[in-house]
Amino acid sequence: MKEAFDKLFNDPLQQAGLGRGSFDGADPLADHERPAGAVAPALSRRRFLVLSGLGGFTLALLGTGNASATAKAGGGDAGSDWAINAYIQIHDDNSVRIFAPNPEVGQGVKTALPMIVAEELDAAWEDVKVDYAPVDGARFGAQFAGGSLSIPMRWQEMRELGAAARFMLVQAAAEYWSVSPQGLRTERSSVIDSGTERRLQYAELAAAAAAQTPPTAERLEFKSPGAYRILGQRISGIDNEALVRGKPLFGSDVRLPGMRYATYVKSPVLGGRPMHANLDDIRALPGVTDAFIIDGTVRVSRFDPAGTSVAPGVAIVAHSTWQALRAREALQIEWDLEQASRDDSAQWQSEARRLAETTEGQAVAERGEPLSQLAQAQQQIAASYSAELVSHAQLEPQSCTARYHEGTIEVWASSQTPGRAVQSLAALMDLPESNITVHQYRGGGGFGRRLDNDYVRETALIARRVDAPVKLQWTREDDMAFDQYRPPVHHYLRAGLDAKGKIAAWDNHTIAVTPDGAEPGSSAGFRPGIMPEPVLEHYRAAVTLLPFKTPTGPVRAPLSNTYAFAEQCFMHELALAAERDHLAFLLDVMGEPRWTQEGERRAVHTGRAAEVIRRAAAMADWGRPLPQGSALGLGFYFSHAGHIAEVAQVRMEDSTRIRVEKVWVAADIGTIVNLSGAENQVQGSIIDGLSTLAAQRLTVRDGAVQEKNFDQYPLLRHPLTPEIVIEFVDSGHAPTGVGEPALPPLAPAVCNAVFSASGERIRHLPVSKAGFSLV
Amino acid sequence: MAISLEINGEEHSLGDIDTETPLLWALRDTLGLVGTKYGCGIAQCGACTVHVNGVATRSCQLSVGQLEGLAITTIEGIAAKDGTLHALQRAWIELDVPQCGYCQAGQIMTAAALLADNPDPSDEQIANYMAGNLCRCGTYVRIAQAIRQAADAIQSQGVRA
Repeated sequence: MKEAFDKLFNDPLQQAGLGRGSFDGADPLADHERPAGAVAPALSRRRFLVLSGLGGFTLALLGTGNASATAKAGGGDAGSDWAINAYIQIHDDNSVRIFAPNPEVGQGVKTALPMIVAEELDAAWEDVKVDYAPVDGARFGAQFAGGSLSIPMRWQEMRELGAAARFMLVQAAAEYWSVSPQGLRTERSSVIDSGTERRLQYAELAAAAAAQTPPTAERLEFKSPGAYRILGQRISGIDNEALVRGKPLFGSDVRLPGMRYATYVKSPVLGGRPMHANLDDIRALPGVTDAFIIDGTVRVSRFDPAGTSVAPGVAIVAHSTWQALRAREALQIEWDLEQASRDDSAQWQSEARRLAETTEGQAVAERGEPLSQLAQAQQQIAASYSAELVSHAQLEPQSCTARYHEGTIEVWASSQTPGRAVQSLAALMDLPESNITVHQYRGGGGFGRRLDNDYVRETALIARRVDAPVKLQWTREDDMAFDQYRPPVHHYLRAGLDAKGKIAAWDNHTIAVTPDGAEPGSSAGFRPGIMPEPVLEHYRAAVTLLPFKTPTGPVRAPLSNTYAFAEQCFMHELALAAERDHLAFLLDVMGEPRWTQEGERRAVHTGRAAEVIRRAAAMADWGRPLPQGSALGLGFYFSHAGHIAEVAQVRMEDSTRIRVEKVWVAADIGTIVNLSGAENQVQGSIIDGLSTLAAQRLTVRDGAVQEKNFDQYPLLRHPLTPEIVIEFVDSGHAPTGVGEPALPPLAPAVCNAVFSASGERIRHLPVSKAGFSLV
Repeated sequence: MAISLEINGEEHSLGDIDTETPLLWALRDTLGLVGTKYGCGIAQCGACTVHVNGVATRSCQLSVGQLEGLAITTIEGIAAKDGTLHALQRAWIELDVPQCGYCQAGQIMTAAALLADNPDPSDEQIANYMAGNLCRCGTYVRIAQAIRQAADAIQSQGVRA
């Protein structure tokens, strides 16, 4: 147990909220983790591909647009595309092509990361074109999308890339004009001589700039935030026009000549293995070109982004998706259920409750003297909070296309971890990584589901059997049955209040799933530094593992999503027990403004926390009288380095029907990169939070997930959208990600409001289980 | 059986195809019109919404055999022939509606049917009309704003619907 938790704690992705264990070794966070002051990778030789062959500054190139082939970016592109570095090319029409390194799944990084480059490059945004970077860790570093980390881990690197390219353009202009670079400035993709106002477009300088020696880190100059022209603005997503025209952008849109279409049928009872299937009958059906059993490498898959786990099943390959799906209806499989799961989610919940309230659990974090303080406290309060399994339910069901040919494989996928997909396929297929090419595609939603490459591995094994490119298309039913779910959880919370009504001690006993009886499942258990540990003096967290084989994985704001509900609702209960206003109580918990972890700028800062709490309360006019049956509720949470407070206004239509009328959000996520994108993520998190708390739950019975599709697993629909008001606090800190941290405070804000409006305390998610509904 | 459909104003041959093939898969696999998306296959999500004779319909529920002689419009056919965007498409870009964007073709197709039917919808009418289109990313706030903006543009400036 101890080892298991040590491993858990030492895994940076776990700490980033990304789940357990699977990212050890060459970690995608290597860049993010690099100590301050180390040589920036942006300027290292491998990233900074300065082109040779020009022999220095070449006057003849200016303005002609004709470049020698040896100096062209990529070697073979039409036109003259000067690669200033691996991420930036300048074309002779003065357009600037920026490679977006990290996957886009709706969180906006294909727009936001190039914005940072363009700002420091001082390019006009209208001149910028964005393409995905090739999947190539040697050139483009950690290419993944998770943990709300893309912006924070790339921020400095993107600034350096842009600033370095700008430096080289200015140097080139200075040499051309034979003046000092000090008298030159840049503006909207041009270098301007401030003395004479003569100017050169970047395109005219690109060839000469590409021949400049890249500057060292200390020679770089960054813009002051006041001079930003792009950052902090509302910039529409780079793919928006293609999206609204219905252009092929997504993984499932990939089409290749001669392509076949596949479906893959796995055991609905998790862990089942096909012993026999009517494959000959299936092969005789219209359009079907092949059908075969894949033995797989495991019985029940786990969250395993870079690993080799493939669940066994039957593949049907046809000339169209419909033919494959049609044939699937006729498929008869005899399953071996010998080692299959017998999970029952209702039993798990009741056993979890019993264990939580009657046992102590294994301590995983302790500070001060929590148990003695608890025993001596003036008042003791205890409550059980729990939450059920939920699915990612990203709207694009998993899909991947692959072509296998003589020991090489090419893959088109919407993976959140395309770099890991390369490693995963190399291990699975026993091929060198150099024989594997992965192309990035936009994902139709991610929420953590595309961190694993299970569907990529399935596609690869199918493609190896087929002499043509193959697209695997999961059905919605596949997607819901074979997800890696937000784990079910049970928290037994105990706290003591002292004579002044302050928190004397806090104890959280968490019951977490374990697939193997030894370690918590992915995204289950505990994470060091999870709230409210950093702000309390006497605190204890304990975990008890309770077996559950159904795979779990990171779902938007893993752990935080359910911890926040339990912790922030319980905090409200404590405020009421102390007969204090919730707002004042919460501010009191934060105490004096301070970093809670010395030298760690991704830790909680109590001053930033208090500021967003105060701000959200002020926005909602906290304390104002409301009609009978209406109330405000407050929730604060810190996750993914973001401090976010939310106030929800609810109206009870009757004793069980809840109308969430309005939500106010105050967020401190540091410097805002794309104001439109950041607001979009927060709005989406509010809708997601409501959707999840309302009625989303999966039932596992006899090892099989019972809910099949959106008719049984409802997503929030348009008419239930509340009014949403958002303010970002300008704290001057470096930017942090906002794909996740606005989600956790929503459920407690709503449930606290429901209590204030109705006197009913909701301690279980979704609220539908206790008969509540959102209307 | 050889089937030919009128899609976006042009006749498209589907060749010899199972007449029960849902329009969704014929569009995507046979014709390469992949703007129409698969989300659920049971008419719950609206990602596959197209117009049939101007009516917003779920293409996952329509067999190609039922559709000969009817006018089908997909997201690829909603802009003008010269490429000029529909007022809704412009509003979607101006307000940066999409997050992942996967549902947005279906949202725009439903919204286009709404505005054709009711050029000046109230907020409540917008919300109810759009209730059949799920957005997992939660862009409902902006969808409503964009429909409102497009409706205003069509009405006040005579912009092409």
